[in-house]
Amino acid sequence: MTAVSTSGPAYPAASSQLRRLALPLPWLATAALPLFLPGYEPLATQILVMIVFALSLDLLVGYAGIVTLGHAGLFGMGAYTAGILSVYGITDPLLTAGCAMLVAAATGLVFGWAMLRTKDLTLLMLTMASAFLLYEIANKATWLTGGEDGLQGVNFSSLFGTFAFDFRGITAFYYSLAVLFVVFLAVRALIASPFGWSLRGIRENSARMAAIGCPILKRRVIVYVISAALAGLAGALQAQATQFVALYSLSFELSGNILIMLILGGSGRLYGAFIGVPAFMFAQDLLAKQDPANWFLGLGIILIVLVMLAPGGILGIAERVMAAIRRRRGAA
Amino acid sequence: MTTAITILFFGIAYGMILYLISVGLSVTMGLMNIVNLAHGVFAMLGGYITVTLMNHLGVPFLLALAAGCVLVAILGFVLERLLYRHLYGRSELDQVLFSIGLIFVSAALARIAWGPLAQPIELPDYLKGQVEFLGLELPTYRLALVGFGFAVIAGLWFGFDRTLFGARIRATVNNREMAQSVGIDTDRLFALAFALGTGLAALGGGLGADVLAIAPTYPLQYIIYFLIVVAVGGLGDIKAPFLAAILIGLADTACRYFLPEVGAIFIFAFVFVVLIWLPAGIMQWRRS
Repeated sequence: MTAVSTSGPAYPAASSQLRRLALPLPWLATAALPLFLPGYEPLATQILVMIVFALSLDLLVGYAGIVTLGHAGLFGMGAYTAGILSVYGITDPLLTAGCAMLVAAATGLVFGWAMLRTKDLTLLMLTMASAFLLYEIANKATWLTGGEDGLQGVNFSSLFGTFAFDFRGITAFYYSLAVLFVVFLAVRALIASPFGWSLRGIRENSARMAAIGCPILKRRVIVYVISAALAGLAGALQAQATQFVALYSLSFELSGNILIMLILGGSGRLYGAFIGVPAFMFAQDLLAKQDPANWFLGLGIILIVLVMLAPGGILGIAERVMAAIRRRRGAA
Repeated sequence: MTTAITILFFGIAYGMILYLISVGLSVTMGLMNIVNLAHGVFAMLGGYITVTLMNHLGVPFLLALAAGCVLVAILGFVLERLLYRHLYGRSELDQVLFSIGLIFVSAALARIAWGPLAQPIELPDYLKGQVEFLGLELPTYRLALVGFGFAVIAGLWFGFDRTLFGARIRATVNNREMAQSVGIDTDRLFALAFALGTGLAALGGGLGADVLAIAPTYPLQYIIYFLIVVAVGGLGDIKAPFLAAILIGLADTACRYFLPEVGAIFIFAFVFVVLIWLPAGIMQWRRS
């Protein structure tokens, strides 16, 4: 049963073996990055954190078909939980990350349970309103969050009591990479599981899924809670890597940006986050510093063109090119 | 008592601006069945045209408003024909991304053309100062705003209820296939309704330039308020959004006055509860 339901078209055996061997290569290459590009660790860490965040969003947008414009609300809950705990003296990175996941998951449970009964525009509005609500609370509760100035005095102790978060960001980089690897394996296992397939079924036709006895609301709430926990983990990583938490981590801007990064790479494809996030963040790092107007102009045009001409993002384009090549080979 | 009336008055003026900008969004989203986050773009553009014509070319206020309204309506018509019509029937996600893209492009262009700072509006003399009304000193501009708003609304409601064009819109919102089969040219209707909606947004943007400041961040900053009006009011209608807009204008003004430390928290919590309770907006409550 499970053997049949692997994703994608069937490849010849040799090619699949090659793929299995090639899988660790990008991870090893990334791990060697500080040797080749010293000084880029903070940016690379940011990218890794955002990939974790984008993966959590892909579960909702790509697999469960839940479009949300408020995912930063959950990311920010994680970031503020970890940050505030550290201010009050609980500074262990793994413990605070765990707490951040719990708080974000609980937030996701409350909001998800309430929101996921609705659909279409109402659901979209609710996801937006939920994140705006959290943003405004953090904005006004200055005694707890520092408000617009951001959370001051964030300081985490060493990882496993040995690796301090250093000035160059080496520890933060390898820590984020390790977390991303674990999250990647977890998400890959999840989407390959029967639960993952039932999500795709709900996305494609929820009426039919309900007819064959699938508890739609329950499944949607469960995936929302899982996604919230992972988003909260990404938020905690961000707080630990930068030793700071700002209101941006709850903002609509971040909710929009992460959605754009995911779509740019290709949603519902697992690897979309790995393509879209670096592409977006490198471009932003290069262009936005010079002139924010040009960056937004370019980004806007790319979005419009993407929707009009290339649904499926960068991976979608690659898939179509590959299909065309295969067809030509088959014809020859 | 004075405070209550002042809040009532400011709340209604604010709600009026929200309504003028959002009513077109409600109609087009219900009519074409799309999600459009970029409606604020047209209000911003209307504001920029009005302010620029007045401050730099000395055009009278009302003429500048009309020019902004007409120019933006033409732009809306063109954009509907060129871009928006390709989105009908596409996924909600595509529509969201497209409209975010449109927001980015227009905000960037506005920043290049007018700079990052807000454009202050230089009101004509007859709208400055205060007027005594029911024993209260009320700002003339807001009083004119409310009066002007009611005049536009009267025209709009008459058009929606009593003209053939209004009847066609109501029919198409209700059942598009049936409307097409009785010979309504829905393609043309979409373009005209879109032009009308964007024109009204431009009018609201220009008229409200002193309430919602005209800056490149405008479409992103106020998007949530326009969408709240539409979601709370319900899609495809022009009366329920009025109730929603006034309600939100009043609630927001009262909350900012009495509980400044709560700020906008109340309004988002309120919207959240309303939408959970009545997913199709307050129209649903009237029907049930």
